Amino acid sequence: MKLITGNDLASGDVIWWTGKGWSRHVGESVDAGDTAEAILAEESAARRVNVGYIVEAEQTASGPLPLHIKERIRASGPTVRTDLAINTDIPIVKA
Amino acid sequence: MYRYDQYDQEIVDARVEEFRDQARRRLSGEMTEEQFRPLRLMNGLYLQLHAYMLRVAVPYGTMSGKQMRMLGHIARKYDKGYGHFTTRQNIQYNWIKLDDAADILADLASVEMHAIQTSGNCIRNISSDQYAGVGATEVADPRPWAELMRQWSSFHPEFTYLPRKFKICVIASPDDRAAMRLHDIGIELVKRDGKVGAKFFAGGGMGRTPMIAPEIKDFVPEEELISYAEACLRVYNRYGRRDNKYKARIKILVHELGVEEYKRQVEEEFAHMKTLGIDPPVAELDRIRAFFADPAYETGLSEEIDRTDPDFALWLDTQVVAHKAPGYAIVNISLKPIGGIAGDASAEQIELVADLAERYSLDEVRVTHAQNLVLPNVKKADLYAVWQELHAAGLGEANLDLITDIIACPGLDYCSLANARSIPVAQKISERFAEAGRQRDLGELKLKISGCINACGHHHAGHIGILGVDRRGVENYQLLLGGSGAEDASLGDITGPGFSEDGVVDAIEKVTDLYVAQREPGERFLDTYRRIGMKPFKEVLYG
Amino acid sequence: MVEFLSFRDDEPTQEPAVTLEAFAGQTNATAVRIEPGEDARELLSVLDRLSLVEVNFPAFGDGRGYSAARILRESGYTGELRAVGDVLVDQLSAMRRCGFDSFKPNRPLDPAVVEASLNRYADVYSKTIDGRAPVWAKRHPEASNV
Repeated sequence: MKLITGNDLASGDVIWWTGKGWSRHVGESVDAGDTAEAILAEESAARRVNVGYIVEAEQTASGPLPLHIKERIRASGPTVRTDLAINTDIPIVKA
Repeated sequence: MYRYDQYDQEIVDARVEEFRDQARRRLSGEMTEEQFRPLRLMNGLYLQLHAYMLRVAVPYGTMSGKQMRMLGHIARKYDKGYGHFTTRQNIQYNWIKLDDAADILADLASVEMHAIQTSGNCIRNISSDQYAGVGATEVADPRPWAELMRQWSSFHPEFTYLPRKFKICVIASPDDRAAMRLHDIGIELVKRDGKVGAKFFAGGGMGRTPMIAPEIKDFVPEEELISYAEACLRVYNRYGRRDNKYKARIKILVHELGVEEYKRQVEEEFAHMKTLGIDPPVAELDRIRAFFADPAYETGLSEEIDRTDPDFALWLDTQVVAHKAPGYAIVNISLKPIGGIAGDASAEQIELVADLAERYSLDEVRVTHAQNLVLPNVKKADLYAVWQELHAAGLGEANLDLITDIIACPGLDYCSLANARSIPVAQKISERFAEAGRQRDLGELKLKISGCINACGHHHAGHIGILGVDRRGVENYQLLLGGSGAEDASLGDITGPGFSEDGVVDAIEKVTDLYVAQREPGERFLDTYRRIGMKPFKEVLYG
Repeated sequence: MVEFLSFRDDEPTQEPAVTLEAFAGQTNATAVRIEPGEDARELLSVLDRLSLVEVNFPAFGDGRGYSAARILRESGYTGELRAVGDVLVDQLSAMRRCGFDSFKPNRPLDPAVVEASLNRYADVYSKTIDGRAPVWAKRHPEASNV
């Protein structure tokens, strides 16, 4: 599946495309599929997302999981400061 | 230390308002991200893996207590209660909002600080020796020269869009505590016929193609310093590669032209520059030098130190270094607690150090490129009291230059450029080697970890270096041996295939065990490696 | 919004600028255009023939044109020195300090923002060819020849 991620322009928060808008939680993200590029272009132009990009992910029992470790860390927070994590349920290293 | 006059203050205040307006135009859409990016980078504002990151400049690593306290305030008010001291003597905050950035810069300006040119393709923070002014072996204090160059390089109109970043380091001793030879331009102050001048090195750097800077000029007198520096930069700006980001540093230009040709072009430009009257008068360097005159050291102080407390004695022997003034000592503060995050400090710890600087260090604190701090002017009589406070705040680790005094970049936990995490590796190594006796037995061992080839962790210059790579989506770690960022500069050699995270910790143990078995009296790990070579290490690692 | 800016007293040169290569063969041309990789010093022997030098900025991040401009002014060129291409308002101040006195950006500029940008800094740290006294000269007027 294809997720779209980026940053909120003013706050810098990491955000994920939910289909209707943007969420700080990857669990609410959706597969944008073939429309990903177009959505990203429109949302960027409207400044609802900054420096966005498309992320390959897979659907798991606990929600969408980015395939690459970088985006899994992006979705959860620094692994060395779990007290600052957005979401500690995301497995960082693939089993 | 340097204090702003009305001109410095006006300039930094104007810079804040300039950035405030630029941010406004970005937020309103008048500017695209592509247009805004170099502008925000020139004010130290990155977009990283989790948030905007702000890198605040600590010019040549020197601050007052008041300035240090402001860094704590920023961590507390605008960030998540901590900051990270970097390998260029700066501090980084990981959770900044663009909305707040101009206000943060305004707060910094109120204590004569800024984030000017801490990123971008321009001249960056000029670094120096953390023992400047207080160590025994220097020819002169390098910091006035660094300050002169800081002002010259700030908003330099010709060099604002260089092919790539440009890092300058100024030291003044044959002992290189600042990795000077690994900078784009490195300067060593030397004496000739009783006069102090600058010996220039150019084309050092790490990253994809590490290089040790060759000498390009043996003596530039202070009245020609700026002309010569401009000549070096102009040749780079005109001829540095712009076709390939990974070949755009000056080290590539010097390497491709050859050092003799680069020198020749610089000399030609220098001859022209000298006719333009761009050098400040010597009176300006004298004016700056006056700020760095020796503080009013007390005399007749006690040299006695009560070593009864064994924890204090251990810290004393490891962290405290001789000061040029009798009765004083240089205190190194470790930001590498066992199992901790290298270089990180909480707002409370930062504020404590600010306090200690004011009460015990003639109001001065330094940042080292090894991500530690220094209180440069502590009376021997006060060492115990200082240690007690540091110890209570988790700043009392006794591991200077030992294996647990690890340099580690933020890595994939924070950085969008990274391929692997570096902090967890550092933590595991730190815990494995924590035992004090074992650390001391291993002795001086500079271990440096980078999470990607950009080498912000200086892994090429580690006695042991670790480079994190991405192997088909799995973190993997290459091991390097034999690097040095000191005056005996050398680049580390890769041992062979990489290791997993746990594997590399075991690998460190294997190579250190081999060192212990093979060393001759007086040899550090680095010396044994240089003597016996890679082959025995490869054997213990790979069988 | 303005599509052309000039800080000169005289009229901007209307003559089209020829390439550096073409200029060598055209003895009656008075306007030439320099690309980032070209050497401004090739013009030094013919500066008095020139009324316009255009310096192209195909991408604003390519800073070679700043050196080209400053070199020309250092060598005594007093004609129009025009920055063209990807020229954005936030680069104008540095460009002025390097000697550019006219601008033809790809995208029009907001004159209010131009004015604010150019007047942002009352003082400058380094000395170039723009005649502004750097801070060190103000600090030491007796020791400086500015």
